[in-house]
Amino acid sequence: MSTKVLMKGNEAIAEAAIRCGCRHYFGYPITPQTEIAAYMSKRMPKIGGTFLQAESEIAAINMVYGCASTGRRAMTSSSSPGISLKAEGMSYLAGADLPALIVNVQRGGPGLGGIQPSQSDYFFMTRGPGHGDFHIIVLAPATVQEMADMTRLAFELGEKYRMPAMLLADGTMGQMMEPVVLPEDTVDPETIPATKPWATTGTQMKRPHNIVNSLYLKPDELEKTNYERFERYAKLEKEECRWEEYLMDDAEVCVVSVGITARVAKNAIVAARKEGIKVGMIRPITLYPFPKAALAKAAAKVKSFLTVELNMGQMNEDVKLAINCSKPVNMCNRVGGMIPSADEVLAAIRKEAK
Amino acid sequence: MAIVFQKPKALTDAVLHYCPGCTHGIVHRLVAEAIDELGIEGRTIGIAPVGCSVMAYDYFRCDMIEASHGRAPAVATGVKRSMPDNIVFTYQGDGDLASIGLCETVSTACRGENITIIFINNAIYGMTGGQMAPTSLIGQVTQTSPYGRDPKTQGMPIRICELLASLDAPAYLERVAVNSVAHVRQAKKAILKAFRNQVEGKGFSLVEVVSTCPTNWGLTPDKACQFVEEKMIPFYPLGCYKDRTAEEAK
Amino acid sequence: MTYETIMAGFGGQGLLFSGKVLAHAALLENKELSWLPSYGPEMRGGTCNCSVIISDEPVGSPIIAHPNVLMVMNEPSLDKFEDTVAPGGTIFVDSALIGRKVRRTDVEVVYIPATKMATEMEAKSLANMIILGAIVEKLRCVDPDKIEQALRETISARKANLLDLNLKAVAAGRAFIRG
Repeated sequence: MSTKVLMKGNEAIAEAAIRCGCRHYFGYPITPQTEIAAYMSKRMPKIGGTFLQAESEIAAINMVYGCASTGRRAMTSSSSPGISLKAEGMSYLAGADLPALIVNVQRGGPGLGGIQPSQSDYFFMTRGPGHGDFHIIVLAPATVQEMADMTRLAFELGEKYRMPAMLLADGTMGQMMEPVVLPEDTVDPETIPATKPWATTGTQMKRPHNIVNSLYLKPDELEKTNYERFERYAKLEKEECRWEEYLMDDAEVCVVSVGITARVAKNAIVAARKEGIKVGMIRPITLYPFPKAALAKAAAKVKSFLTVELNMGQMNEDVKLAINCSKPVNMCNRVGGMIPSADEVLAAIRKEAK
Repeated sequence: MAIVFQKPKALTDAVLHYCPGCTHGIVHRLVAEAIDELGIEGRTIGIAPVGCSVMAYDYFRCDMIEASHGRAPAVATGVKRSMPDNIVFTYQGDGDLASIGLCETVSTACRGENITIIFINNAIYGMTGGQMAPTSLIGQVTQTSPYGRDPKTQGMPIRICELLASLDAPAYLERVAVNSVAHVRQAKKAILKAFRNQVEGKGFSLVEVVSTCPTNWGLTPDKACQFVEEKMIPFYPLGCYKDRTAEEAK
Repeated sequence: MTYETIMAGFGGQGLLFSGKVLAHAALLENKELSWLPSYGPEMRGGTCNCSVIISDEPVGSPIIAHPNVLMVMNEPSLDKFEDTVAPGGTIFVDSALIGRKVRRTDVEVVYIPATKMATEMEAKSLANMIILGAIVEKLRCVDPDKIEQALRETISARKANLLDLNLKAVAAGRAFIRG
């Protein structure tokens, strides 16, 4: 039987990645995610893996690009300002159809911003973080258990759809400890590259050379790769949306929130229910693909939506799009590293119920 | 009939897109010959840069990865750390290696990654149409230095071998040219050595090849070779700048 | 019952660690829990706190707005958190470091000269563990006897030689409550 251990969210990601066969981590220190690098630096040398502190975020994501080209499960992690630097690399990963794991433990911005929790990279991540027409898979854990579970999911979905995948957490999720059951250590890292016939592992003089590339100078060819990629995205959107519904059966107000704010909102919902307010929550787990259908279905029943988020209303727009503005979509938010209290969310819920 | 001249096996049959008189073709050939001679094609992975040689992935028969601008050494690091027994090389121009990717170049050298870098220095940005490079000579006229490179506002050219020679980690640094038969022969030796070093696990090897760009220099191919001899080499002296393998052999 | 504990003081007083030990003891009892540190650019000095929630139900927000247990090891922390404590909650004050009394009248207060006690038992940096001992003895939010195992499993290899002293400090805190 798997036992529960007490771990920080950041450490749970690192240990889960190792248990999923990741043997190559490339990173650069930045608060509040440095525990991932620290954990990897301790563990990797003992299991024949690679921990490399790169000269920059840019170098780190490009090391991931090289490693992923060889078919390995490669990862890097950073926080918001560092993720800006990785944007170029994420675009190249997407353009070359390479799976890789990128962790973004968000902090307040823009610029150097602050180091306290934030969800203000929502647009940046979900719209395709870099130049060109592309997406990455974006997963939003709300518990340390999900930090571990979604690390596996990110590797698996990334490989299935041949695209980079991101764990989009926030400073609180990275820093907090909770009991967690780590995934079984069942993946043999040696067997993974063999499942990727496109990998540049050396021809052994037995096959034509493989090329990992995102350059297509002929526009018709480039157009074709874009269309093909978006067909994959369409399949992803159809089959891989994940969300959690909480007390939605009779809800008249639907809270929409992810990560730490979803947990604050849960407390507020419990309190509101005690006051007789029919309120529930849809917590998107995949941010790309966004669970539009679940929200559209809820829109047929509820009177209004309330997004609770740590930004100026980024997911709010996605909810409006998902329900085609058929119901009011209001917002309870804090920014800059501030987090709304359960009381603040409760007050916002009361307003919706009036 | 006896074969007296043959294309190296490590080159594909693709027609090179390089301009007439450009020395990329020669250097591609020297790299391919080294791969052939060491018998490493099946386990070699090359990294193409952004620049004129961006499409090198079509020309080498080994597995190839196209990197973003300047990041080839980081990509090579990722590959080498994944597959230490494979042979990994980057092929980069001066804008790629000495300007936008200088940090990756220095840091990779500093780590002493056991990879091989072929650095093409022709003192200009070729692919984008002839802009000033970090290695453009003082007074050199380019599209973005139309009055000639002025050190007061545009700085001095950077000498990569000399810069990297100040580091402890690199195993082998040599500057060669390919503007004459004698120089090509020297270049071949250096490139072969840079690959052999990696096969033998000796560490970071970089060969800087002083090259031509007849199109953007506005010179005929033979005049371009003359320009290398008279202008480039005096500023970028040929020779070995570091050879820890020789020191270790002593 | 849900125990929402905030432990606050200066950086370097071991507040995050005592919180970890408490959380780990709850884990050993298979309770639901969360542990959330404040994090900032300063490594030592400055203010520092952690929030530990122990419950029989799954923990919602790990952020505590109204703690029912407050442990304070400097005056700024008492100033900051005193008014947030839920009525009927318990405040543990290191009275060796904090001169003033708690002003609230709707909470229970335990004044414990932990830093003085620690100095006397030549365990100067273990005032945190003395107060932890007092908390678990008084509130039984976790089985006080579980603290020893929690400590064994939480203490870093670098400080393993201090295990016995830590245990002694916890015992002193428990004894203080028993009187």
